[in-house]
Amino acid sequence: MATATVKASSAGGDGRRKANPNMGENNAVKAYLVAYNVSQMLGWLVLMIKIIHHMAAEQDVETLYAQVEPILKIFQTAAVMEMVHSAIGLVKSNPVLTGFQVFSRVFLLWGVVWSVPEVQTTGYILCFLVAWTITEIIRYSFYFFSLLGQVPYFLKWCRYTFFIILYPIGVTGEVMTIYLALPHVLESDMYSVSLPNTANISFSYYYYLCFIIFSYLPVFPQLYGHMLAQRKKIISSPQRPKKE
Amino acid sequence: MFSKRVQILHARSGELITSLGDLQPKSTIYDVKKAFAKEKRKYYPDRQGFKTDPRGKMVKDGDTLESLGLKNGSRLYFKDLGPQVGWTTVFLTEYAGPLVIYLIFYLRPSIVYGEDAAELPYANVVHIAAGCWSFHYAKRLLETVFVHRFSHATMPIANIFKNSVYYWGFAAFVAYFVNHPLYTPPAYGDLQVYGGLAAFVIAELGNLSVHIALRNLRPPGTKERKIPRSTSNPFTWLFGLVSCPNYSYEATAWLAFTVMTQCLPAGLFMLAGFYQMAVWAQGKHRNYLKEFKEYPRRRAAIVPFVL
Repeated sequence: MATATVKASSAGGDGRRKANPNMGENNAVKAYLVAYNVSQMLGWLVLMIKIIHHMAAEQDVETLYAQVEPILKIFQTAAVMEMVHSAIGLVKSNPVLTGFQVFSRVFLLWGVVWSVPEVQTTGYILCFLVAWTITEIIRYSFYFFSLLGQVPYFLKWCRYTFFIILYPIGVTGEVMTIYLALPHVLESDMYSVSLPNTANISFSYYYYLCFIIFSYLPVFPQLYGHMLAQRKKIISSPQRPKKE
Repeated sequence: MFSKRVQILHARSGELITSLGDLQPKSTIYDVKKAFAKEKRKYYPDRQGFKTDPRGKMVKDGDTLESLGLKNGSRLYFKDLGPQVGWTTVFLTEYAGPLVIYLIFYLRPSIVYGEDAAELPYANVVHIAAGCWSFHYAKRLLETVFVHRFSHATMPIANIFKNSVYYWGFAAFVAYFVNHPLYTPPAYGDLQVYGGLAAFVIAELGNLSVHIALRNLRPPGTKERKIPRSTSNPFTWLFGLVSCPNYSYEATAWLAFTVMTQCLPAGLFMLAGFYQMAVWAQGKHRNYLKEFKEYPRRRAAIVPFVL
């Protein structure tokens, strides 16, 4: 779902638009956004290279996460800046939607994978890492070119085609990772609060994760369907003037 | 008086749907809606929305064709507002739920918490909380039937599901923890409980007073709009400081309930409600300012001097 949702945010409008017309002329803003997108693009590129290198050399999924952890943490967490960009109007996208997408990724990374070290050695990590990495490289390149004014058709095609296999792979990786974390969460009682207490509230992280897993059921088909619909609109007419 | 013909087009596609004859310059939009409903039976008047500009605002039922500048052959743009449900229906549904649900937790705890829960005694405050909660929703139901005068007859049907999930969901959430066998009474004991209760009662009376004042502002059967003002009832004097004192009082009531029960779920319910009411209050406040040139500038929307 985190894989899917990240694509959907920009699928709503082709490319990013400056919320404030004045900001659009503002070269400082543009320069900053270019720097941000290029940094992210490079970060995820490095991540991809590390993954390929590790899998080619060691062929060992169990030690993969340890290798990529620092870079993944930095660049995925940095994506919270996109929520800020959206909220302050630097970028025209829906702040709530952006927030949801970024939260979804960051939650999986910190709330599940970092919090439950036992899941860091499963093969499902590779599934979502591959999906996220390819998606992000394409996405940030797309934004970079949008900022410059023209997106190469090939890039647009990649963006609206790769998701067809990346979504299911990514979602499988994410859901299974959460699922495998469940027994450990139940046993350790992490992030949970039980009665009695002075605030008269209880929270079970275990049930919360179960809820998250179930929520993939309605959300994934919707996002996937939305992307397919977008693809039909955008890919069918390559000469169509890009709407900014 | 010659008959006018008005063309009805789809607001979104621009396609011609039909053209209605037999209208006079003094015919109202409501007359148009009745005529339209005769031809297209599926679209009862409450479901129809019309605009003079496809991207503009919707025109009112009471507007006459001539006041809108519509002549023979003029166009009106149609929007399907979707299946509608009456406001009264919605309010009764969304308020009856919390009353019933909370009482199930309070009166039949064994259903929720297991057999043993039936034997355990409740702290005093749990009884008081059940009384307050029930009073609040019983009052809302009675107000819906006897007090409120609605501007619109209907709302889209999806609202009834959305609203009910909100009200019923939070009712279960709060009731579960207040009536729980492991509920912990407030840290400051009776001071906190009875202080909270007093504030709750005052806030409820305030809210009721404002609802009644608003009702009296509007003559029966009309959709007239006037500036709400303080009356002889001291509870309404809050109009001097805010546009929507009913929301101010309601938020206060739930704050009092939260303090009284020392229950975080109740606090979350209060915050959610406050957020929604603040949004509504700002909208109404802006409308008042736009509609009435002499609207008192000193007023805030919901929180005096602040918001």
